[in-house]
Amino acid sequence: MTQSQTKLTRADFQIDGQVKWCAGCGGYPILAAVQKALPETGVTKENVVFISGIGCSSRFPYYMKTYGFHTLHGRALPIASGLKISRPDLHVWVATGDGDSMAIGGNHFIHTIRRNINLNIMIFNNKIYGLTKGQYSPTTPLGSITKTSPHGTIENPFLPGELTIAAQGTFFARVVDKEPKGMESVFIDAAKHDGTSVIEILQNCVIFNNDIHEQIVAKDVRDDRMILLEHDKKMIFGKENDKGLILDGQEIKAVKIGENGITMDDILVHDKKTQNPNIHYMLARMTYPELPVAIGVIRSVDQPTYEAMLDEQVEHAKKNSKIKDLKGLLHSGNIFEIK
Amino acid sequence: MGNNQKNVIELEEVVVKFAGDSGDGMQLTGNQFSDASASFGNDLSTFPDYPSEIRAPQGTVAGVSGFQVHIGNKAVQTPGDLADVLIALNPAALKTNMKWVKPGATIIIDIDNFDNKHYKKAGYIEDPLHDNSLKGYTLIKAPITSLSRATVNSLELDIDHKTADKTRNQFVMGLLFWLFNRDVKKGEEFIVKKFAKKPDLVTINKAVLFAGYNYAETVEAIATQFNINPAKNRKGTFRQVTGNAATAWGLIAGTQKAGVKLFLGSYPITPATEILQELSLHKYLDVKTFQAEDEIAGICSAIGASFAGSLGVTTTSGPGLALKTEAAGLAVITELPLVIVDVQRGGPSTGLPTKTEQSDLMQAIYGRHGESPLPVIAASTPGNCFKFAFEAVRIALEHMTPVILLTDGYLANGTELWEIPNVDKLPEIIPPLVKDNDPDFQPYRRDPEKLNRFWAIPGQEGLQHRIGGLEKSDIYGAVSHDPFNHEVMSKYRAGKVQKIENYIPEQKIIGNPKGGELLIIGWGGTFGALNVAVTELREEGYDISLAHFNYIFPLPKNTKEVFSKFKKHLVCELNLGQFVDYLRSQHPEFSYQQYNKIQGLPFFIKELKNKFKKTLEEK
Repeated sequence: MTQSQTKLTRADFQIDGQVKWCAGCGGYPILAAVQKALPETGVTKENVVFISGIGCSSRFPYYMKTYGFHTLHGRALPIASGLKISRPDLHVWVATGDGDSMAIGGNHFIHTIRRNINLNIMIFNNKIYGLTKGQYSPTTPLGSITKTSPHGTIENPFLPGELTIAAQGTFFARVVDKEPKGMESVFIDAAKHDGTSVIEILQNCVIFNNDIHEQIVAKDVRDDRMILLEHDKKMIFGKENDKGLILDGQEIKAVKIGENGITMDDILVHDKKTQNPNIHYMLARMTYPELPVAIGVIRSVDQPTYEAMLDEQVEHAKKNSKIKDLKGLLHSGNIFEIK
Repeated sequence: MGNNQKNVIELEEVVVKFAGDSGDGMQLTGNQFSDASASFGNDLSTFPDYPSEIRAPQGTVAGVSGFQVHIGNKAVQTPGDLADVLIALNPAALKTNMKWVKPGATIIIDIDNFDNKHYKKAGYIEDPLHDNSLKGYTLIKAPITSLSRATVNSLELDIDHKTADKTRNQFVMGLLFWLFNRDVKKGEEFIVKKFAKKPDLVTINKAVLFAGYNYAETVEAIATQFNINPAKNRKGTFRQVTGNAATAWGLIAGTQKAGVKLFLGSYPITPATEILQELSLHKYLDVKTFQAEDEIAGICSAIGASFAGSLGVTTTSGPGLALKTEAAGLAVITELPLVIVDVQRGGPSTGLPTKTEQSDLMQAIYGRHGESPLPVIAASTPGNCFKFAFEAVRIALEHMTPVILLTDGYLANGTELWEIPNVDKLPEIIPPLVKDNDPDFQPYRRDPEKLNRFWAIPGQEGLQHRIGGLEKSDIYGAVSHDPFNHEVMSKYRAGKVQKIENYIPEQKIIGNPKGGELLIIGWGGTFGALNVAVTELREEGYDISLAHFNYIFPLPKNTKEVFSKFKKHLVCELNLGQFVDYLRSQHPEFSYQQYNKIQGLPFFIKELKNKFKKTLEEK
């Protein structure tokens, strides 16, 4: 892929016009983090494409000074797939929401991931339908009262990470819209990952689901209710860094270091690169209050991409085909010269 | 041709129908026979007739698979109404096909399978060989199974029963080679090629081919040989081609002439799947195929590829087209090139998936939400699927629009002897590209003549822009909810498609270009039958002509002029009257009569001629 000669800055990706999300929307810090992260990935402006579906999140391409395509509800991924497969040289980002990717686009979501097409998928997870004004989404917690569930939802929510890893995803990360630094660093990691990168962004919807993530991300509680996973480092958390995760039988368990004979040696070390998805799956599924919610890059493993394998087949065919051109194709098989 | 003491009858044309169980290799046998006829110099047309079950219970009516071959010494344009020769490998095949043979036809049966067990499976109550139902036909009772087995066994190779039985079609082939005075060496060549890597199969199939040939020569039951001379006035390089293969190759030709890459995003669906299969073979021509997870992902991936500078294509049939309509609307509003191929089949819903119909016309022209015009064209023979696939590519790229190309199951699976075009002489296709850093580029600035916008492709410097499903402002392409702008843009989109009429050929009249009593009007895959019926009636002295449409929306500019030359207008189509209704809305000044058939079958020439004569007689 083409690398930029001169160092770009955030301004290179900022549009001249107005960004039109609600004041206080989590979309703003996400947009800023993307615009700051992109120059760090070494791309050129003209080689970046943003694709989106429908929903608040999907207005994203209009706010980026790159090539962009605001598509259909649920269909950002197949459109991005066709684009990336036909042009592997482009850097393709997808902005989508919990409804766009998990409900109407759910089928495309799992198939795109299992193909490992090199796309960077940002899921703006505000656990609600914002653009249609407040109906429950596939990630809305069980029992939630919304405009279409006045007596509480009676369906279990999806966890995007659970779905990603089950679909054989090679990259999954979770970030919080309130944490610009965390987002930037994960976006850079995602861009560098060769394969489908899924980034779940815990995003606030000020209008229809305000403070939905607060019980986890609020300043006073966050250190005890979230755990930042870093590769090759101990899985520890807590205001005093005195808590950690251990494997107890087949379960992950949160423990206090120094209590019940637990020492630092018992604490798990995060290995995002292990091909075995089992621990990644357990980490992605951790929910409060039983366990802290995992933040950061949970899984990042190397596997061949769809487009690279297809290009290999194309090159192989070009080298080895007995037929070399269209004329040869039309004249292959049984031909009859009639004189 | 050996010991030739029997009668030889000269024929202009003959229709042969092969029928047996789905697993009997009827299609292979038919292809072998038609290849031999083509190399002899006959013109030909073929059509398979297969059930939607892959292997329905053996010997039952549901499991009968057929293949019809029409050969002649003049231009052959249809697979033929009724068969002159029927090969029925079992009673079910006979039962299913008796209504499709001519009176007095030659019927060759495998007598080994005509027993009570098989009669019961086929649902015969009376033994058809003894109930007078075959009176008036020339019946050849050949012991095909037993003689094939005996031939294989005599070779003393280690061949199992099942494999030995699979050679039966070669016995039939040998018999036909003799019956039609064909060089049996051609049959041998076919076998050597077909089983190139399996010498045992070559040996046994060749032996059985000769056994069939010798049987026919020897047995007294076959008293007559037929001879069909090579077609005259037909010179050049030919090959057999199905509509689906021709479509795939036309798409490749078009994109090559435009200098853009071909990307196919598709989901398997009968009867369109072979286009995806065919294109997936040709990666060496820079063709990329993507088997998507569903019909929607198929068209969406194609749109993504078109945004990125390839020509996106998606192939489907009626139910799939229905699923793709929302995305087609996206391609309309974003004004991206896209080709949608709809190989029509019997509908609605799953309908008659393996049978032909022309009932997606309204869906193609109108089947989208909003004001969403896009051009619609239709191929009319298996071979010209190449030409119209090329045309679809040309219109999509030069006019920056999605295009629907309609073919149908009859064209898709049927073959004709097709003159291979000279690819060097195909016209260039020039997409409206933009130069890097062009200061005048705006996403919705338009060509003043064609009204198309221009194609700036990701990766090009200085042309970054955003498109999408929301309405955009004229010229600048910003999201716009301005009421007047929406009207302007809606009119541009409609006008752009209408202006394509300036870039397509005029409508031709087959028959009398000056006009006359009756104009037959058809479109798409019915061309062969309509043309033969009209031509034959003209030879018989009737005042009748044909206007057969390939350009559906927009219609050719001279359509009204063509229609106004005739007193009566009869619109014939394989649906309940979709094209005629469309013509009534486009050119209401004519009073159209209609002739419709909706049986999953093509038109027969006989029924057309009867209808045309009646229409001519009416005051």
